[in-house]
Amino acid sequence: MTDKTDTTPIIEVEKLTTHYGDRLILDELDLSVNRGEVMVIMGASGSGKSTLLRTLLGLNKPSSGRVSIMGTEVTSVSQKELYRLRRNIGVAFQGGALFGNLSLIENVQLPLKEHTNLDENTIRIMSRMKLDMMNLSGFDELMPSELSGGMVKRAALARAIVMDPELMFFDEPSAGLDPVVAAELDEYILELKKSLDMTIVIVTHELQSALRIADRITVLDKGKMVITGTVDEVKQSDNLHVQNLLNRRPSRQQLSPEEYLEMLTRVQAARPHRGHIDG
Amino acid sequence: MAKLKVEFFVGLFVIAGLVAVSYMAVKMGDVGLFDRQSTYTLVGRFDSVSGLKEGAAVEMAGVRVGKVSSITFDGERFEAVVTMEIPNHIQLTIDSVASIRTTGIIGDKYIKVTIGGDEDFLQPGDEFEQTESSLDIEELISKFIFKAEQDS
Amino acid sequence: MVNLISRLGAQVIEQCEHLGHLTVFLLRVVSKLFVFPFRYRAVLQQLHFIGAKSTFVIVLASITIGLALGLNLYVEFSRLGVQDRLGSAVALSLIRELGPVFTALMVMGRAGSAMCAEVGIMRSDEQLDALECMAIDPYKFLMVPKFWATLVSVPLLVAIADVVGIFGGYLAGVVIFDVPSGAYWLGVYGSIEWFHLNMGFVKSLVFALIIVWIATGKGFLLHLDKQGNYGAEGVSRVTTQAVVMGSVLILFANFLVSAILVA
Repeated sequence: MTDKTDTTPIIEVEKLTTHYGDRLILDELDLSVNRGEVMVIMGASGSGKSTLLRTLLGLNKPSSGRVSIMGTEVTSVSQKELYRLRRNIGVAFQGGALFGNLSLIENVQLPLKEHTNLDENTIRIMSRMKLDMMNLSGFDELMPSELSGGMVKRAALARAIVMDPELMFFDEPSAGLDPVVAAELDEYILELKKSLDMTIVIVTHELQSALRIADRITVLDKGKMVITGTVDEVKQSDNLHVQNLLNRRPSRQQLSPEEYLEMLTRVQAARPHRGHIDG
Repeated sequence: MAKLKVEFFVGLFVIAGLVAVSYMAVKMGDVGLFDRQSTYTLVGRFDSVSGLKEGAAVEMAGVRVGKVSSITFDGERFEAVVTMEIPNHIQLTIDSVASIRTTGIIGDKYIKVTIGGDEDFLQPGDEFEQTESSLDIEELISKFIFKAEQDS
Repeated sequence: MVNLISRLGAQVIEQCEHLGHLTVFLLRVVSKLFVFPFRYRAVLQQLHFIGAKSTFVIVLASITIGLALGLNLYVEFSRLGVQDRLGSAVALSLIRELGPVFTALMVMGRAGSAMCAEVGIMRSDEQLDALECMAIDPYKFLMVPKFWATLVSVPLLVAIADVVGIFGGYLAGVVIFDVPSGAYWLGVYGSIEWFHLNMGFVKSLVFALIIVWIATGKGFLLHLDKQGNYGAEGVSRVTTQAVVMGSVLILFANFLVSAILVA
């Protein structure tokens, strides 16, 4: 799926180090994401994956190191340049982050209204197309508080792709959803990749969906990269931490696939803390 | 429809606010929107204007007709110079008397103008020939006490 | 002992840091106040919320204040036989002090707390981050309309409060007691000068800035608050803080402006 004409990575991270107060969160992290792939960044709570996402988006400033997205130095660039870059980036936040005082369609229309000079009709048609892609047709005038959890996620996704970005970020797409809806969302993400040819970066602790949608997986632990590679490479890794993450086992104890699944769903119920330190 | 409602109430609010502002500005701040050029000034010299303030009333026959526009001190003659604004349609004879009075015992000072019998009128910028300074209550009281002591 | 002193020091440092963040926030918003495009619709909506919807409660509050002022002053003044001065006493105290202060406190409590909670929720729900990621400047998009609307609303509300309060004093003095109506109005018109109106105006602008600054700033900086949680609990905590801090600042600024203008 890699773009043949452009083989330079769309995201390049070099020796990225961040602190929260005195605490070290990311420790000289290197990462690269190729065009057109789905990269899943995994890690337990406190591994620094949310901080990594925020730093990639330019929301957090790193202590040192560099982040380059589509050739733009996110960490050192001016606000104006950063905003220009962000127009090509879509972000779907964990809680949706829909604006409570705007209706569903107004939420989706907002980026178009702010950044383009298109007339109302075109904007309405474009936003309805995206809503339809996310199977949200007919809910235009609902307020975010009237939507179910899955609808909120899909609406956030519709808003994120309304500007047709080249690059999409997802923060915990399946958090707070029941397994069926979470699996549905995975399908939407895969469809996006196929139909819109986007590069997608997903931060999650959800193993099942990671294995389903990822081209490559990066595993973080305590601010360091443990492994990065294709799904098979990660599965076959003999790194203890990776195996623990894959199997969710504290020690020798072996789990049957059923038990393993049961445990995954149990973890889903606990929503991680959504603070700045890490999620 | 909701759009219209918001705009309507904001409009109503702004109008109410502006009415309140202009009411205060015109009525209290004396922004002379309506009576700008209709006054002329007269000057009175007083030995003491103690208690008189700028903006104080100028009354004739108990009716407020004008106001004190400025009070300055003449360092050569050691007198207070009071400038008054009088409406154009009120003509004062040159022997009119300007006296400083008080409403009640501790009330506001104002200037009472008593008309004279002369045939000539004061022109804008002219000075009153006769003035009466403000009564100093302390002075009055001390005089009274002094007199009472002498009598006894 | 050393422990105690270092804890005090830590507190002071933290507060200074917080104040610094708030100041940076204010400067950022102010630097963007005059940047195009002017968000006419957003300002209108905020005017509706901050101004129009506050009018009723301001009218209610100021008429009772005017009444109470009229009653109390009348009792004192009638002993001295200077009831005729009631108008000027009511008007002066309303226009110089009570009108601006009470209006500002009411707006801080009503609109300020709501603004703080709104922005705080947007912070904790990552809506502010979402705006950033959509390349929409949250300062321009959210803060500037709130600042403009508050800076316009509060002086207008103060003017309404002054006039209604003076009318309340009229009700007490003239309708309930025996102050001559003419004397009351003469007192009102005669004693108020430009200086007093100016003072009220300056105060209302200063208070408006305090209200919108503290309310939106506290909400906006929710994520930097180190005292505890980030979510709903954090929002309610910073909202309380904002109302208390804003009110204290308003009272303090009132004294300061009075002192500077009178001296």
